[in-house]
Amino acid sequence: MEALGLLLHGFAVLLTWKTLVLMMVGLVLGIFVGVLPGLGGPNGVAILLPLTFTMDPTSAIVMLSCIYWGALFGGAITSILFNIPGEAWSVATTFDGYPMAQQGRAAEALTAAFTSSFIGSLVAVLLITFLAPMISSFALKFGPPEFFAVYLLTFCSFVGLGREAKHKTVISMSLGLLLAGVGMDTVSGNLRMTFGSAELLRGINFLVAVIGLFGISEILLTMEERLALRGHAASISLRVVLGVWKDLPKYWVTLLRSSFIGCWLGITPGGAIAASFMGYNLAKRFAKEPESFGKGRIEGVFAPETAAHASGTSALLPMLALGIPGSGTAAILLGGLMVWGLNPGPLLFVEHKDFVWGLIASMYLGNVVGLVLVLTTVPIFASILRVPFAAVAPMIVVSCAIGAYAIQNAMFDIWLMLGFGIVGYVFKKIGIPLAPFTLALVLGNRAEDAFRLSMIGSGGNLGVFWSNGLVGSITTLAIVLLFWPVIDGLLARGGLTQGSKTTSA
Amino acid sequence: MSQTDLEIVVDDPTAPEDDSPSVVSSGTIEIVVCLLLLALATTLGYDNWRTGASWDSTGPEPGYFPFYLSVILGGGSLYGLIVALIAHRKAAETFVTRAQARRVMAVFVPTLLFCLVTQFLGLYVASFLLIAGFMRLVGKIALWKSLLTALVFTAIMFVTFDIAFDVIMPKGPLEAAFGH
Repeated sequence: MEALGLLLHGFAVLLTWKTLVLMMVGLVLGIFVGVLPGLGGPNGVAILLPLTFTMDPTSAIVMLSCIYWGALFGGAITSILFNIPGEAWSVATTFDGYPMAQQGRAAEALTAAFTSSFIGSLVAVLLITFLAPMISSFALKFGPPEFFAVYLLTFCSFVGLGREAKHKTVISMSLGLLLAGVGMDTVSGNLRMTFGSAELLRGINFLVAVIGLFGISEILLTMEERLALRGHAASISLRVVLGVWKDLPKYWVTLLRSSFIGCWLGITPGGAIAASFMGYNLAKRFAKEPESFGKGRIEGVFAPETAAHASGTSALLPMLALGIPGSGTAAILLGGLMVWGLNPGPLLFVEHKDFVWGLIASMYLGNVVGLVLVLTTVPIFASILRVPFAAVAPMIVVSCAIGAYAIQNAMFDIWLMLGFGIVGYVFKKIGIPLAPFTLALVLGNRAEDAFRLSMIGSGGNLGVFWSNGLVGSITTLAIVLLFWPVIDGLLARGGLTQGSKTTSA
Repeated sequence: MSQTDLEIVVDDPTAPEDDSPSVVSSGTIEIVVCLLLLALATTLGYDNWRTGASWDSTGPEPGYFPFYLSVILGGGSLYGLIVALIAHRKAAETFVTRAQARRVMAVFVPTLLFCLVTQFLGLYVASFLLIAGFMRLVGKIALWKSLLTALVFTAIMFVTFDIAFDVIMPKGPLEAAFGH
């Protein structure tokens, strides 16, 4: 009940004209970002972050999170109308969404996608409302070993549960952790890995890296492909919306199951991509006519969209409660918090109640407003794709450069962004995942500090990570997850499991 | 339902040909990347070892944590190199075709020039030149449309960042002439 009172307080903080206008601006920018080829949620948030530097933290985070919700909604438009998944998690939406559009049911498919996005996010926000305060008050008991164990768990689960080749995830993560250490050591004040360069004294800002890795590299990749689009135009009428909503109770099992999968994979770093595919596959598996999936079945839109959005939203739970982002975009939002001098983690709930509950309230309001906005403006946003890519590409490059420069007012960061753009392009093409790199770059310093403090406290004894039941179980779980493919293989050989494909399902 | 039968069609006249020859295989690039990462791991590992990668009276030295990360990066890269060398003999998947490389360069080179020009003429002039030039030369869009789009976009960026949100961007002689 305390959470409800605090949430109402959050709404009171939020309901000012200024914040509401920023919310609308964020949503519109987010939908633009979601629809435009070559951009996406993480890029959009990173590029537009400088706009928020002069705002108070609550207004800033509300605008940024609304860009995120907008991008989540916008991705479905291109998936359904053009068969182009704006984000990897929208791939499963194309399976039935595009056939529905081909059958002249684009409006129905879009309504289903937006509504299920809303439902998935709503379930996740409810989870955040009631679970985040509990987790954060529990986490207040954490010391450095517990925090390091949680960081280790995050890193190990990326390696163990990721779909990519394990050594590629290890390369990506260790490179991110190393680059996070460039610059002045926060404990001793010594310079590390700067090689005499004054520019590297500041270290490598992860937002600059993200803008290059995702923004510039995506432009290069998009340019490489054929850009001929052929899609369906659609406008949504109230009759279609009400028709879809009337049928919603029929699909309550699918919606609930997908929400659960999404929340689970969002809190653990399974991610929205795994969630959307798992949601789709399970809906198909439990359907009476599984063969009808892929031919324009509305459940095929409900399931992946609900799961992906529940996952994307619940990824904010570990960020707020523990300071550990569950996704790339959550990592960027976490970076934003640090820019405004806020320290994400359990203390945030104690020291900045207005901010935390204002943000949670904005998640509710942003989703409702976002749903209404996308339902009424689909044709406008779909027509953005008529703009030639030759006009869009240089504008995105300029936006990226502005974003990179504004973070530290350094020209060097624009060059760094370009460098990371090349790295991102090459890494994406040879299958080195970028999400672990981003996460490691964000968490690197915190993980190192927690490790060093733990080791100083124990006199260099690694046994500190098993010194009590809590830290011992987290560390053990981390190791189990790291070697999960091996363990899973052994269990499968022993006939105990079917060698479950943890993230590809 | 107000679903229409109209289609949105955006054609790309400069799309790369499907039969364009391969410039380089993914296997070769993987080998090169692994070698570069191995060199980076060695360099960073040496730097951290030099900074101090053991224990002193106060605990782990500054290079301790990154040194072992360099070792992990080196190990991962070495493993990746071996895997790529073995796989390379079996399959040669295309990394980029000649037509794709041309298109990537058509974005990369102007972006590189944009970064260079920003240092001397400021971000807004460089943005105007990049957008107008790219639209005209790469997109073959009418000159007046290219110039107008570049002007409007640059003006919006200037008003948004420098005036409305007080985010100061690098300026050049043109802005100085107007007192900014």
